[in-house]
Amino acid sequence: MRDAREGSGPPAISRWTRLSAGFTTGFGGLIVALIFVPALGAGVVQDMTGLLILVLMAVMWNALAGYGGLISIGQQAYIGLGAYSTVWMCNHGANPFLAMVLATLFCGAVSIPLSFLLLRFRGAQFAIGTWVLAEALAIWVSFDNALGAGTGTSLLQLDTYAPGPREHYIYWLTLGMTVVFLGALFVLLRSRLGSSLQAIRDDEEAAASVGVRVVAGKRILFMLAATGAGAAGAMTLANTLFIEPNSIFSVNYTALMIFMVLVGGLGTFEGPIIGAIVLYFVQHQFGNDGVWYFVGLGGTAILFALLLPRGVWGALEERTGLRCMPLGYRVARSATPVPPAQEPA
Amino acid sequence: MTWVNDVVQGVMLGGFYGLLACGLALMFGLMRIINLAHGDLAVLGAYLVYLLLEHWHTSPFLAFLPVLPAMLLIGYVLQRVLLERSLRSGLLVPLLTTFGLSIVIQNLLDQGFSPDDRSLGASAGGVATASWQITSQLSIPAIGALTLGVAIVIFGGLQLFLSRTRAGRQMRATAQDPDTAELVGINSRAIYARATAIAVAIAAIGGVFLAIRSSFTPYSGPTYLIFAFEAVVIGGLGSSLWATLAGGIVLGIAQTIGGQINPEYPVLAGHIVFLVVLASPRGGLLNLRRATA
Repeated sequence: MRDAREGSGPPAISRWTRLSAGFTTGFGGLIVALIFVPALGAGVVQDMTGLLILVLMAVMWNALAGYGGLISIGQQAYIGLGAYSTVWMCNHGANPFLAMVLATLFCGAVSIPLSFLLLRFRGAQFAIGTWVLAEALAIWVSFDNALGAGTGTSLLQLDTYAPGPREHYIYWLTLGMTVVFLGALFVLLRSRLGSSLQAIRDDEEAAASVGVRVVAGKRILFMLAATGAGAAGAMTLANTLFIEPNSIFSVNYTALMIFMVLVGGLGTFEGPIIGAIVLYFVQHQFGNDGVWYFVGLGGTAILFALLLPRGVWGALEERTGLRCMPLGYRVARSATPVPPAQEPA
Repeated sequence: MTWVNDVVQGVMLGGFYGLLACGLALMFGLMRIINLAHGDLAVLGAYLVYLLLEHWHTSPFLAFLPVLPAMLLIGYVLQRVLLERSLRSGLLVPLLTTFGLSIVIQNLLDQGFSPDDRSLGASAGGVATASWQITSQLSIPAIGALTLGVAIVIFGGLQLFLSRTRAGRQMRATAQDPDTAELVGINSRAIYARATAIAVAIAAIGGVFLAIRSSFTPYSGPTYLIFAFEAVVIGGLGSSLWATLAGGIVLGIAQTIGGQINPEYPVLAGHIVFLVVLASPRGGLLNLRRATA
């Protein structure tokens, strides 16, 4: 946070700058513009849905890792759960789009009891604990014949919609979900809780010692991240129409999330969005190279973790003091000089 | 009687998991980090043996002799190049970098050896298939007994190394307090590199047994990393080495008994035992000696 600049007036704490106000407005404008993407044609819609799902995954993984200091290797548990509970609800007669929303909420509900198990741990235990949970869930789903067992299942109920409008609805729902979750994180970080979350990330013991409720803060992030991953899972199902346990519960999702967040910027609001856009282009360029694509992703993640731990956006913020989203506080002196009465004699 | 057989098979399977977990426990005890590429390094060891056997028709155990120094070197370089830097930036970064390394190793193995199933069982000859029939219900496979025997020798050897030798004492001192150890002239970075070298070499031994017992692919690593970590946690993260072997045996028994209930259950049963242990108040079944920090 940059301190006093310009003017000699009394210090004032502000949250908005001209830049961040402009940027936030621009961001809002971008979202409005994104509503009209379906006008660009069929191919674009499905691609943009994919990109939004990546954004959602990256932002939610970063909420947990970047703000909670918790590295999860098991967010695919909620991706799979979101997808499979959508299938389950549709099989029981629910409208597919309603089912996607309900499945998302269901993931949030499931994460509450799990948080009591997992939030007792940090570091490696948390990381592998989440992973084992995802594996156990994948095995359990693969036993369930009603869900297609190990061979997978399709969301047949979506076939009642014509392909064109169907893709539009899926796109708009994905956009809506992404905006809701980005907005929720934004509000969370700007609230009183946001400051305590940053304190937790920087030093858990110190934060606890000044009265920050560490576990409560982490639980909110844990639930948010789980719900968001669930949404990403439900929308992945909608976008691909077919899922199988091995791929929807694949740890490769975690690899993608780690790549996006490390490249964009761990613990920054904008970074994961940039990381998702980078991954989107990398996928289009190299996604068919299979083996070398993943070698590149893993290698790049290692390099960023070691050399640029705050990613592209974090480095940019550090160098320039640029703050595009009004999440922090800044102290500035107003331009009006201090009234003489307050000057020492 | 089948239950006795399950337990016996489980104990031997546990020796295998102990072998895979040994290096993980050593590195966690010393540096408080978990190497997420541990399973992939074990599989890498198996592939190196496989590579040698393509040109040299002999037993996998003999072919492992030249692989051993290679794995020691890989461990040493891994610590110096990757883990040392990662450790400097806190405890989360090693998780990220070793996860990245795991992806890289898997895909490079895929590139080099194709994603096909491989096995060293055939090259191992009689050891892989022989067994002693004790009663009609109870038989002891030679490879199981050998795995358990090797595990006990390695755990014992490592324990002796840590308690009796100068290098081992230096390692324990560094584990307790690296800064104070530095003050009395111990080079903690060198100690870390040595420990990782040993950990990776033991992982490779586990990898050879993995390759003889069952088939493997370039993507087998994470499965065995999870089993190894489960063994470490069930034994009590940060407690003694023998507890890790005991943790492996608990996991092995859980899996064989799960498999007895339903052939599809062994892995799930292991995961459930792990999660129950994780949920227990101590967070480790055999965590009698409280882990520091």
